[in-house]
Amino acid sequence: MSTDTWHQIFNYDDYGQLLALVANSILAAAVLGVVGGLISTFVMMRDLAFAVHGIAELSFAGAAAALLLGVNVVAGSLLGSVLAAAVIGAMGVRVRDRNSAIGVLMPFGLGLGVLFLSLYKGRAANKFGLLTGQIVAVDTPQTAWLIGVSVVVLLVLAVIWRPLTFASLDPDVAAARGVPVRALSPVFTLVLGLAVATTIQIVGALLVLALVVTPAAAAIRVTASPRLIPLLSVLFAVASVVGGILIALGSSIPISPYVTTIAFVIYLACRAVGAVRTRGGWARRPPAVVPG
Amino acid sequence: MTEQSGAIAPQATFTSGTPVVLSLTDAELRRGERVLWSGLDLELRRGEFIAVLGPNGSGKTSLLHAILGRLPLSAGTLLIDGRPPRRGSDLIGYIPQQRAVAPHMPLRARDLVRLGVDGHRWGLPLGSRGLRRRIDELLTEVGAHAYADMPLGLLSGGEQQRVRVAQALATDPALLLCDEPLLSLDPHHQHAIVDLLDRRRRAHGAAVLFVTHELNPVLPLVDRVLYLAGGRFRVGTPDEVMTSSVLSDLYGGPVEVVRAHGRYLIAGAPIPHHPDHAEGVQS
Repeated sequence: MSTDTWHQIFNYDDYGQLLALVANSILAAAVLGVVGGLISTFVMMRDLAFAVHGIAELSFAGAAAALLLGVNVVAGSLLGSVLAAAVIGAMGVRVRDRNSAIGVLMPFGLGLGVLFLSLYKGRAANKFGLLTGQIVAVDTPQTAWLIGVSVVVLLVLAVIWRPLTFASLDPDVAAARGVPVRALSPVFTLVLGLAVATTIQIVGALLVLALVVTPAAAAIRVTASPRLIPLLSVLFAVASVVGGILIALGSSIPISPYVTTIAFVIYLACRAVGAVRTRGGWARRPPAVVPG
Repeated sequence: MTEQSGAIAPQATFTSGTPVVLSLTDAELRRGERVLWSGLDLELRRGEFIAVLGPNGSGKTSLLHAILGRLPLSAGTLLIDGRPPRRGSDLIGYIPQQRAVAPHMPLRARDLVRLGVDGHRWGLPLGSRGLRRRIDELLTEVGAHAYADMPLGLLSGGEQQRVRVAQALATDPALLLCDEPLLSLDPHHQHAIVDLLDRRRRAHGAAVLFVTHELNPVLPLVDRVLYLAGGRFRVGTPDEVMTSSVLSDLYGGPVEVVRAHGRYLIAGAPIPHHPDHAEGVQS
């Protein structure tokens, strides 16, 4: 790569001024990092990574429709997400049924989105931003939306945290203990839909998984503590998205490659640490217990 | 601790003075058109151990669900400690069968026990020193304290079931419901789990309702047997129920029961020894 191209991609000459311009975006990104980190904990527990992808594509279709109609893009994205979440939630609890339903839904959503975008005559950057993310996609009124929806997601999570954990990890006994296992499933899918719709505004529909799956997937490699997993997961998600924005500021490339690369490097590091730990014995373990 | 195997402890007598924990009166349960069982009268007293036997589909698990308040009876009454069943009652501890747990499931032994203590409550899991002490007590009681901080997926099947017993004891229940907790365990670990249940009912007077395909591993503890088959049932001591004539009658075909060396051997009954829900079990 010649210095010229390099300079085209990275140019940190006016970094201070740029930073002031995007203060809002950084705030929104940090909030989304917190949401993504927490929700990814449950995505891992409930094995919903594929559902996240499915919801993201329908959310993209909703956002593209909103762009075409000239209405609020975040609202369109939320509508698509909630619809997808409702369909996935209705498709039943069994993983196999659910996954095939998502597999059917996903290309349809993506196809709709492509149709709406091809009909849209506005700025090309707006189109691209929905799929791959772009920092300019976040302006001030949108920031208010993102933070508002995020607060709703965080509040609902705080209320259902314990029974949702029980229902996700140990559904049989949870049901026996009176946890509304069946009712919690659509509630969580809905909250997940909201979280995905907001995350799309920053990293785009194709790369949502980096913020809604990768952080907790990394965290559970290094610890099994129910307190540390969400903390680490939030830390990883915030580091990925805020770090991605800060690097992307002086660059002509959208932020998503930076976000996904940071998330991926964290994941690799956690796997390495986890592998060493597993080899050395996970925890203090006494000699084989002889019962009876 | 060595349990004197074979030597059957004298059966406790459950006179009318012992408080009733569970009572079913003329109870009937239907699934769609099919009657699983009807006319069931059963009283379970504190400290009593009843084994529930029967082929797949005879309504054993449905009985558990009815007691847990997850399935209403289609007729008759069911009372737990004198009151109708309620979902999530603290009077009941539930021990499921051992299942494979993914190695990276974010759940340690102590977390599973904690779910039994306060996992059903709303809100965030804010711990306290008292809670931690309680979890340690429960794990110590079942001899699982040594691996309290191990992820569940890295424990053996027998170790997992010990932790499950601790989880079920979290509310100090008056009634322990066990759904095939010995399935896929080797005899050594089966014995350890049975011993834990026995100690619990002797020390705390918990009644135990134990659903199983295999009577022999729990035989030294069993006060009575409830045998469900073909929409009918029989209740009595093992010697009363486990006979060729009773089982032939229940199954509507010739069944031979032989009692030898403190074990019942059954020939002819269509009892599946490898039930379909045992799939996916780690070796």
